[in-house]
Amino acid sequence: MRTLFDKIWDAHVIQNVPDGPTQLYIDRLYAHEVTSPQAFDTLRDKGLRVFRPGQVVAMPDHNTPSDQQACIHDEVGRKQVETLKRNCEEFGIRHFAMGTKDNGIIHVVGPEKGLSLPGMTIVCGDSHTSTHGAVGAVAMGIGTSEVAQVLASQCILQQKPKTMRINIEGTLPEGTTAKDVALYIMAQMTTSGATGYAVEYAGSAIRSMSMEGRLTLSNLSIEMGSRAGLIAPDETTFAYLKGREYAPKGAEWDRAVEEWKKLRSDDDAVFDKEVTYRAEDITPRITYGTNPGAGIAVDECIPTLESIPEQERDQFLAQLDYMQFQPGQKLEGVPVDYVFLGACTNGRIEDFRAFASVVKGKKKAPNVVAWLVPGSWAVRQQIVDEGIDKVLSEAGFELRLPSCSACLAMNPDKVPAGKLAISTSNRNFVGRQGPGARTILASPLTVAASAITGVVTDIRKLGE
Amino acid sequence: MKQEFDIIQSTCIPIAIDNCNTDLIIPARYLASTTRDPKFFGDAFMHDLRYDGDGRPVDDFVMNLPEYSGAPHEGVHEIIVAGANWGSGSSREHAAWAIAGYGVRVVISSSFADIHRNNLLNNFVLPVVVSVDFQQELFATINENPQAEVRVDVPNQMVTNKKTGRSEHFELNGYKKYCLMNALDDIDFLLENKDKIEAWENQK
Ligand code: SF4
Repeated sequence: MRTLFDKIWDAHVIQNVPDGPTQLYIDRLYAHEVTSPQAFDTLRDKGLRVFRPGQVVAMPDHNTPSDQQACIHDEVGRKQVETLKRNCEEFGIRHFAMGTKDNGIIHVVGPEKGLSLPGMTIVCGDSHTSTHGAVGAVAMGIGTSEVAQVLASQCILQQKPKTMRINIEGTLPEGTTAKDVALYIMAQMTTSGATGYAVEYAGSAIRSMSMEGRLTLSNLSIEMGSRAGLIAPDETTFAYLKGREYAPKGAEWDRAVEEWKKLRSDDDAVFDKEVTYRAEDITPRITYGTNPGAGIAVDECIPTLESIPEQERDQFLAQLDYMQFQPGQKLEGVPVDYVFLGACTNGRIEDFRAFASVVKGKKKAPNVVAWLVPGSWAVRQQIVDEGIDKVLSEAGFELRLPSCSACLAMNPDKVPAGKLAISTSNRNFVGRQGPGARTILASPLTVAASAITGVVTDIRKLGE
Repeated sequence: MKQEFDIIQSTCIPIAIDNCNTDLIIPARYLASTTRDPKFFGDAFMHDLRYDGDGRPVDDFVMNLPEYSGAPHEGVHEIIVAGANWGSGSSREHAAWAIAGYGVRVVISSSFADIHRNNLLNNFVLPVVVSVDFQQELFATINENPQAEVRVDVPNQMVTNKKTGRSEHFELNGYKKYCLMNALDDIDFLLENKDKIEAWENQK
């Protein structure tokens, strides 16, 4: 009768506070340099130690430069990175330092090292913590006060969210990726459609999706307001995790897999809400506005003003004003200035393979500045091992160093004001990629095609 | 920031932006701080809408209009009436620090993003969810008369538009109400429950 989310949640309940929240045990806390300093201060102020330091893993990612990692020139950014290192030393926490082979974006590194496992509860002071749900875990973004709570007690206090299941049935058309699925769902659900819910993704299209694709999909759960996004673990999950550095080994692995196989929603589980989409309806997508829900198929036009409900027109026009687009405009063919492949959304090996498959034997458009940023040092190593870096450099692209990079304008990779970027990141907010920067969100395939032509391009028509 | 809550009656700042995300509430560059200085974060609240690229106030942004620009203090501008889906996007608690640092004690909206809502509560800013009708009527009342007051009665969980007399009950669980009214935070509660946590770990 229970959903996958219920099973994991219930297994971690320490108590339901009378007329209050649930006290939930947390298996894994990740910490990065931006949202943790004040949490460590809270501990110091109260004279506390970290309760279970072995369950905490920290690494800097937001401020790390992608051109060189010898030093951070920006003083405040450097201070955050140094503060994290110092806090980890003081409190005895595992720390993957900038520039070392263990480092990368938390949401890329966690699953890749087998630190995020099925059945776990996982939190981090970062909204895209939902990513880790792809391995079959309850993974949620939290605030800094809550980071302090977990450091001090390995628990958080939260209301149990409602549950929703989103089924994607069928086979995705050629050229459609997990990113397009996420952008499609968001356009249907709006950016608040899943507020108050934890979402389970299911259906045949999800079952046949790679682990990387699932991580991309779960990553974007937060963009429709949901607290968590998760996918029942299956053979794909086990194959991905087996042999990973921190995954169980030997007999312990076999035992773990037996337990993990039970992690699925019961056939008669009832969700508070359930929706089903047809995979065949989902084609490559782009966004035109300043929230991830403002999206269209790449060959569609921006909605006309008449098609927008009257009370939403002001905000629709304000978004287009910022983006310098017109109602009803076709975006296919619009020149782009910047191309960004990376972020915790699409910074994994499969994304680089996809990008390389498109640009192989072609040349980067001269009008385009391209930032290709692996999500971790492990991804970067694999790119080199597979010879993808050569394909990229022959096509005129340069591979950069692991970082959040142009996803959020906290490090030197900022898109200049007024410039148009087509980006595999997850947010097209006003100023997100730099003050005044304009962002179109898209898949690695669409971004690669646009990098070759220099204009917004439908991957299915490239080379026509 | 930790203040005991009882009844707050104040004029309001109307920020009628739907889907106002935390990147707007506080831009990413203010995240490069390692302290929690209320003034620093209060000054950054809605910064890029309040100021232009040269740091000059944007005259027609609501927080810069003479009737709303006064710094919040008792009975004045302690309440924000906000658009729907307030605080979506990034989980940055800095957004809550900005609101608290600016001096606001209550945010009223028809809906909040989940993480931001928790962050507000953890910083002793009360998120009050009202019906869309109530929210729209509030906007209209304030637009007509910026001196209009709203009363937020925490013990009775009632919010009242003083001008029209319309009231609504709002949700707040007993535990959080107790914390707010007594200026207690979650970490104190969790620390009191350490034995339960250890017992749970041992039976696992
Ligand atoms: S890549 Fe972007 S979304 Fe992901 S953790 Fe970094 S800043 Fe956040």
